[in-house]
Amino acid sequence: MDLKVFLRSILVITEKNMRIYYFKGPVVVFGLLFPLIMFLTFFIGRNLDLVLFFPGFLGMMLFFTASSVGPLITPWEKREKTYERLISLPVILESIIIGDLLAGAIFGVAITTIVFVICALLLHLALVNTALLAVSMILGSITFAALGTLLASPTTDNPSNIMMLSSLIRLPLIFVSGIFIPLGQLVGWERTLTSLSPLTYLVDLFHAALNGDAVYPPWIDAMVLLAVILVFIVCAKVIQKRNLVKGI
Amino acid sequence: MNAIEAKNLHKSFGPVTAVDNVSITIPEGGIFGFLGPNGAGKTTVIRMLTGVLIPDAGSALILGTDVNRDPLTAKLKMGVIPENGTVYSDLTAEQNILLTAKFYGIDRMERNKRAGEILGRLGLTERKDDLVRTFSKGMRQRISIACAIVHAPPVLILDEPTTGLDVFSRRLVIDTVRHMNSHGSTVLLTTHNIEEANALCTTISIINKGNIIATGSPEKLKKTFDTSRYVEVSFDQRVEQDVFSAPWIERVESWGEKWRVYTNDPDRAVKSISSLAERDQLTIVSIATSNPTLEEAFVRLTAGA
Repeated sequence: MDLKVFLRSILVITEKNMRIYYFKGPVVVFGLLFPLIMFLTFFIGRNLDLVLFFPGFLGMMLFFTASSVGPLITPWEKREKTYERLISLPVILESIIIGDLLAGAIFGVAITTIVFVICALLLHLALVNTALLAVSMILGSITFAALGTLLASPTTDNPSNIMMLSSLIRLPLIFVSGIFIPLGQLVGWERTLTSLSPLTYLVDLFHAALNGDAVYPPWIDAMVLLAVILVFIVCAKVIQKRNLVKGI
Repeated sequence: MNAIEAKNLHKSFGPVTAVDNVSITIPEGGIFGFLGPNGAGKTTVIRMLTGVLIPDAGSALILGTDVNRDPLTAKLKMGVIPENGTVYSDLTAEQNILLTAKFYGIDRMERNKRAGEILGRLGLTERKDDLVRTFSKGMRQRISIACAIVHAPPVLILDEPTTGLDVFSRRLVIDTVRHMNSHGSTVLLTTHNIEEANALCTTISIINKGNIIATGSPEKLKKTFDTSRYVEVSFDQRVEQDVFSAPWIERVESWGEKWRVYTNDPDRAVKSISSLAERDQLTIVSIATSNPTLEEAFVRLTAGA
C-alpha cells in the first residue's frame, strides 16, 4: 500500500468533513450553546461542588461534541449518493474511518477548548497538569469520535435511524459513567457499572489534570481509552467491510 | 497491457446471482460499451471494477493493478462516474473539482488550472462559485464528469453517464468522452441508449442475467443477425398478413400502416412484394430495405437469453 496516498486520502476526507459537516454555522452554534445549556441544567441551583462538577462537565462536552456529527456522515452520504463516488476515489475503508474520526476529534477538541478557556477565565478553575489535560482532551476526543464512526457503520441511508441508535448508546454511557459522582465513593456493582463506560476514564483523567484527585492512575485511564479506540475502529472496519461485500 | 481485465467475476446477493463468472478484456485506447437491460448486472460489474463492491470470486485489474489487492494504486489510474453518483451539493462546482483533485495529489496551481479548463469545456465557468445544490440534473452530471476527468485518468469508467440528461448536456458528455479518448483515456461506459453506444463505442459487450452473451464491434454484432434485415412496405389499402407468403420471408410484423417483412434476401423480397402487389392490384405507397440495427441485435440477444 502506498502510505503517502493513504495519508493524503485521510487528510482530504478530514478536510471534506470539516468543510461540509462541521464548520457550518448551525453546527458550531450548537457546539457552543450546548455546553451553556448543560451547565445551566446540571449546575445552577444544585449546590454542586465545582471541583467535582467541572471534570464531569468537560468530559460530557467532549463526549457530545466529538460524537455528535460523525454518526450521520456515512448515512447522509449514502442517501445523497456521494458515498459511492467517495469509495471509487483513491481511498480505502480505513481512510474513510480515520478521516471521519479525525474530523470529529478536531471539532470536539476545538469546541471543548473554547468552553474550557472561557470557564477557566470566568470561574478561576484549578489546573494541576496542563500537558495531561491536553493529552486527555486528545485521547477523549478520538475515543468519542471513534464511537461516532462506529455508530455510522450500520447499514442505512436514513440518518434518523442512526440518530435513534446514537441516543440509545450514548445516553446510557453517560448514565452509567456517574460523571457527577466521585468515583472513590462508589463501591461494588456501582463501581463495576461505571467501569463499563469509557467516559468514566476520561473524566478520571480530567480529575487528575485539573484537581489531581483521580481514582485510577492516569496511565490506566489512558490505556483503557486507547483500547476502546482500537475496539471501536476495528468494529467499524468489520461492519463497513461487510457492507461493501453486501453492496449496501 | 490491457486497460481493464476482469476474470471470472462473480457476485450473488442472497439467492440471486447478479453476475455469473464475467470476464472482460479491454485493451488500451478504445471506447468499450456495456449494454444490457435493467437488472442485467452492468452496474454490479462496474461496481466491482471500481472497488465499490467486493466480488465473491474473480479479480479485476486496472492497467495491471488488482483493484482488491491494491485499491489505492488501481483507483489512481481511473476516473469514475458511478450510477446516480452525485457530487457534494453543499460545495460549489469549483470546490467539488478541487476537492477531487486533492485526492489525486495534484498540486494547488495545477488544480486551479485544470479546474478552470474543465469548467470552461463543460460550459460551467459562470456557475463555478454556485453551490451544486442550485444546479439542474444535467449540470450536476457535468460536474460529476469534471471530477472524474480532473486527473486525466488513463481509464475512465462511466455508469449510465447520459441517462436522464437534456440534449445539450448529453452532447457535452459525449464530446467529453470522445475528447478524453482522443487524449489517451480508455473508456468503459454502460448505457441504455443503443444509438449512443453504436455511435461512440469501438467494442460492445451485451450482458443479460449476469452473463456476457455477445462481444464485438457494433458492425459485427449487427451482422450476427443477418436474418433481421427487412423490407418495410405500405400499400394504398389495408392488406392481411397472409398476403406475404414466400419461402424467403422469415416473418412479418405490422408497424402502424406499414408492414415489416423480415428476410435474409431483401432483393428477392422486394421483387416478390412487387409481384404480389401487381397480382392483388395493390399500389405500393412506400417500400424500403433496411439493414439490421444494433437495437435489433440487442433485442434478439437479450430476449432469448
